[in-house]
Amino acid sequence: MKNLYLIAYLDLKESIRAKWFLVYSLVFGGLIALFFIAGVTESQVMGFSGLSRLLLMYIQITIVILPIFILITTVRSISGDRDSHILEYMLSFPISLKQYYWGKIIGRFITVYLPVIFAMIIAVIYGAFKGADIPWNIFFLYTGLLFAMSATFLGIAFFISSFVKSSEVALGIAFFIWIFLLAFIDIALISLMMQQRVDEGLIIFISLINPMEIFRVAAISLFDPELTVMGPVAFYILDSVSQSTFVLLSIGYPLLLGLLFAFFGYKIFEKKDLV
Amino acid sequence: MIKVNNITKKFGSHISLENINCEFNKNESIALMGANGAGKTTLIRSIMGYYHPDAGEVLINGKSPIKQRVEVLKHISFVPQLPPPIKLSIEELMQYISVSANVDKELIKHYANEMKLDINANLNKSFFKLSGGMKQKLLIAISLAKESDIIIYDEPTANLDPKARDDFYRLLKQNEKEKVLLFVTHRLEEVKDLVNRQIYMDLGKIVSDERF
Ligand SMILES: Nc1ncnc2c1ncn2[C@@H]1O[C@H](COP(=O)(O)OP(=O)(O)OP(=O)(O)O)[C@@H](O)[C@H]1O
Ligand SMILES: [Mg+2]
Repeated sequence: MKNLYLIAYLDLKESIRAKWFLVYSLVFGGLIALFFIAGVTESQVMGFSGLSRLLLMYIQITIVILPIFILITTVRSISGDRDSHILEYMLSFPISLKQYYWGKIIGRFITVYLPVIFAMIIAVIYGAFKGADIPWNIFFLYTGLLFAMSATFLGIAFFISSFVKSSEVALGIAFFIWIFLLAFIDIALISLMMQQRVDEGLIIFISLINPMEIFRVAAISLFDPELTVMGPVAFYILDSVSQSTFVLLSIGYPLLLGLLFAFFGYKIFEKKDLV
Repeated sequence: MIKVNNITKKFGSHISLENINCEFNKNESIALMGANGAGKTTLIRSIMGYYHPDAGEVLINGKSPIKQRVEVLKHISFVPQLPPPIKLSIEELMQYISVSANVDKELIKHYANEMKLDINANLNKSFFKLSGGMKQKLLIAISLAKESDIIIYDEPTANLDPKARDDFYRLLKQNEKEKVLLFVTHRLEEVKDLVNRQIYMDLGKIVSDERF
């Protein structure tokens, strides 16, 4: 156990010093600052107001950019250390591969999760200070969603990093996965839907295998279902399962997906040469 | 202590180690030599358990360095051919080593001092920002402070100035008793009075193995 903590702790320290971490924190902190400057909390649009509107906008943007951030910064973690012969030296000490791999994941998880959650906490504190009501249910839901989202994409990134050879390929795969989840699945499903040969329940099921889609729907799941911003998919789902079931699913499933990818990544890491 | 049984390691169709058999025992200091590309580093990495061989196995005190790496690596000190670009600071690197391998930080400083490397002045510097020779000095100091029964060096003196080389050989001389000392070198004359066994490799095979 002490080795696991040691590796997580040192990876965390190393990441915090890195330039990408600074950019990363500035982006999410800046986003919140921007919302306040733009007066998002004061305006009243379509029934959303105050902090809940700000948090919704924040998570909608985060759903798009967090995955690519995590993928790009993490996709080379293991393979990069292998190629630069860092593994060769660091693993010449009595540390099991399990402790090394999972320690790295835990360290990285804290690095990517803290800034996004911290930005949200600041928003809530600043909002409360300005006299806005705090939508606690939304805040806790988003805390969970961000947790699950970080886990999913970190798992995928570590999986890729366990086998990919060159930086270019790693980045290529990262971009592909991001674009694929962000848009391609939807486009493909919409065209399927238009042909009207496939059952709509099936299409919605497929679209929800995509963790990004689940996050999108979950982000608005606590709002009034009468609202027009809610797409047909969200409407359909919230109509067919209860809200609490869906919320649990939207956190549990992506979390499991991330763990599964991380686990397969570990299996590959264990089987491959370390240098 | 170290037993290499019929190891074969291929990279694609290239055979880097072909059916290597050898044994290294206590109180042996071995110079491992051979042309560039002969397979020396590959052999050392197989002993360390980094490579999954295509055939054969390595046993260290009867244990596999792959399956029981933690048990095995407790007894090995290793310095690689090229110091890697580790981003941790010296302080953090020493913490990593002292926690994971139970090495006394003060002892690392002691040996660094013997190698004329001032650690205290560089504690917060990233390891990769040290000069090539300083990196090697630190890795050597760590390897000695670990006080292992098996010491493996892959050309540790490549970047050292002549003075540092003398310091290094002097320290080794003091520390080789009751141990296995295996090191790759291209300069036999430097290690002549340190070693009692010489192994030559070529094209993935051991071509000669002499004891003195
Ligand atoms: N990861 C690898 N992938 C492909 N080929 C490799 C790999 N590692 C080593 N080789 C090949 O195996 C052979 C032996 O390499 P090795 O590094 O063991 O040589 P060496 O004896 O240490 O040489 P040097 O004195 O230059 O350090 C070389 O032909 C090398 O190209
Ligand atoms: Mg070599």
